[in-house]
Amino acid sequence: MVRPQDRKFVTADPEKCIGCCVCEYACSMVNEDTFNPTKSRIRAMRLGPLTNLAVTCRHCEDPACVSACPRDALSQEEDSGIIRVDENLCNGCGWCIAACQFGAMNMHPERKVVFTCNSCTDKAKGEPQCVKWCPEEALTFVTADALAQKSRQKAVRNLFQTADSEAKAK
Amino acid sequence: MYSYAGKILRVNLTTGEIKTEPLTEEVAKQYIGGIGLGIKLLMDNSVPGADAYDPSNPLIYLTGPLSGTMGPTGGNSYAVVSKSPATGGIGNAESHGFFGPDFKRAGYDAIIITGKAPKLSYLWVDDDKVQIMNAEHMKNFTVNHTDHAIREELGDFYIRVSAIGEAGEKLCRFAAIINDEFRAIGRSGMGGVMGSKNLKAVAVRGTHDVNVANKPGFIEFVKLIHERMKGPSTKKYKTLGTPENVLVLNSLSALATRNWTNATFEGANKVSGEWLNEHYVKKIVGCATCGMRCDHIAVVPEGPYKGSTSRLEFECLWSMGPLCGVDRLDAIIEAMRITNEYGMDGISIGVVVAFAMDLYEHGIITKEQTDGIDLKFGNAEAMIAMIHKIGKREGWLGSALAEGVAKAAEIIGGDAYKYACHIKGLELPGYDLRTLKTAALGFSVSFRGACHLRNGAYSPDVKGKVNRFKIEAGRGKMITDESHMYNIIDSLIVCKFSRGTYYDGWKDLTNYYTLATGIPITVEEMTADGDRIENLARLFNIREGKGTRKYDDVPYKIKNFPVPDEGPAKGVCVNDAEMAVGLDDYYASRGWTKEGIPTIERLQKLGLDKYAYIAEKALKETPPVQASAPATVGGA
Repeated sequence: MVRPQDRKFVTADPEKCIGCCVCEYACSMVNEDTFNPTKSRIRAMRLGPLTNLAVTCRHCEDPACVSACPRDALSQEEDSGIIRVDENLCNGCGWCIAACQFGAMNMHPERKVVFTCNSCTDKAKGEPQCVKWCPEEALTFVTADALAQKSRQKAVRNLFQTADSEAKAK
Repeated sequence: MYSYAGKILRVNLTTGEIKTEPLTEEVAKQYIGGIGLGIKLLMDNSVPGADAYDPSNPLIYLTGPLSGTMGPTGGNSYAVVSKSPATGGIGNAESHGFFGPDFKRAGYDAIIITGKAPKLSYLWVDDDKVQIMNAEHMKNFTVNHTDHAIREELGDFYIRVSAIGEAGEKLCRFAAIINDEFRAIGRSGMGGVMGSKNLKAVAVRGTHDVNVANKPGFIEFVKLIHERMKGPSTKKYKTLGTPENVLVLNSLSALATRNWTNATFEGANKVSGEWLNEHYVKKIVGCATCGMRCDHIAVVPEGPYKGSTSRLEFECLWSMGPLCGVDRLDAIIEAMRITNEYGMDGISIGVVVAFAMDLYEHGIITKEQTDGIDLKFGNAEAMIAMIHKIGKREGWLGSALAEGVAKAAEIIGGDAYKYACHIKGLELPGYDLRTLKTAALGFSVSFRGACHLRNGAYSPDVKGKVNRFKIEAGRGKMITDESHMYNIIDSLIVCKFSRGTYYDGWKDLTNYYTLATGIPITVEEMTADGDRIENLARLFNIREGKGTRKYDDVPYKIKNFPVPDEGPAKGVCVNDAEMAVGLDDYYASRGWTKEGIPTIERLQKLGLDKYAYIAEKALKETPPVQASAPATVGGA
């Protein structure tokens, strides 16, 4: 059994992401067999030219979307953390959409059911397609721990760079 | 027919009538989409001789066959075609960003907008539901404010908006239409046409699928282009960006400075791409579906314009920098920002201000006429103050300049025309035509007026493939061949920054087209499309009385003010004799008469029989051109 902290999810590096939406097109092609960002499980958000980030499901522990569903249509796979939607039970009420803090739960534009990131595991082995396609290498498929390590490394590096330049200035 | 929507939307703003009609495969294959289809629709849907600001003049929004697909650059584009209020001929421009794909997903290859709304309105295209909405409360809003207001009021962040600012509402003849904050349908005054229709914006939401004919093949091709985009052919755009040109052109004495007074700029280093990137560029972002990224977002870190943020490319940096004698990037970034907010063409605005500065320096306009602005070359504050006045059409001079240099020169009178640098009414872009003479010829024959993007004629000069101080036989064919490629690029609406990624040229483009649409097309057929589009545009200009030889010329200053700067270009300018040689050569390579009119045989060959009457009439009415004298080479 995979421990919850070892579950991988797709995350975007805010410094690298440029909001180009290539991930949305790759996602809709792989999962819905068409080009249509409204059917993408990952959405790019551009608040301004300098404020871009692609957002998708983070496979949370005790996910709020699952708890919110009044019809038990949502469930979480234990190993992967993927949220599965039983389309026979889901009636598109949208409580899960309201519950998700990341806006990672989406309403399908044609069928009144919700959908979210499946890590492309049922279609392709290895990394999800959005990660493969991202031209800026801004997307990674990581565990929370790996993400924390990366952030720590960066923070420490920045600290010492600052210290270095301060030393030089003196 | 895959990837096309197969549908054209017609909106009459006077009557409120909205209807759709099919796009046939025959027309799609002959005109591709984008500006090609746009020129065809303009020709067929306009009243001959009607003014650009007449309600009958159709404002045509277009997608390309690739819009809405995952195709890098082709996937994110749209174009606008109309009669230009600047030139009275073909007006066209293309823009990328995020608007185009939603427009295609809404289900349209084109929207033909005619008439004039009784009050300020915007068009709301929500898939199949199309409405004309009230925009009175958005009067004089900036482009960006309009974008936010519409998305807020319709309640969907992902709605895409293409809008005009105050300049368009006030019928500025070089007003732009802008989407996604800083992506512009920039040239030839399309924003003015939109303003004349009382149309503030077009908002779109598209949720339909866009499908290509050959999915695996298409995806493989897209992967290949993504790979090539990481390579040398796009390096310039991903590193310094087009502002790299500043020092390159300066070293060639081709950086037009102080309204084509000089060809080199002493402040070039301070406005170079190198300086810009080191001190101002905060991030390089990109458009939807594109793996290339080229948008250099510059932020002013300190001083009077602290916080001012704008995307900056070479042409606009040049027009509001060296051309106005301004060597301050902070002021240039602020000038670009407000130009976008008013919704104006970033090339024309700089040329217009530089023109006014030239007149001021020569005493043709006085400080009283500038409302007290000390409009000297190099005065950055004065430049910014003048842009505000033009954007608002404030004061006598501000209002005159909003007409563009050609018409402003008529209003100002006297010798002003000598300083108005335009071709057919459109202001010159950032190349000194005195020292880049293939460009002089190429720009003079462009169907939308002075333009570096109708045939790329600056390229052989800058790259040293020809003697750039000379116009000689052979340049005509060079320009003709390139114009076909540029017409197809703007009809597929792929970004010109990506042209280096099509290693196999025409073969790549035909392949791309067929993979997406399923319509087989050969290189010969596609080249003929490019030729057909050029001829049809020429016929439109002829029909509107602007298309014959006498309109294919370069500005007075280019012919009468030799380059004064020391160096290899000293004393150079363009003379009539070499222009005559160039035009003869160009027309011959096109199969046009010496008067610059397509022959009936040529038109029949391109399947343009239907429009041959325009050429027949012009052939009868245009006085024949005498054989031109042999060229005396101009300078150096």
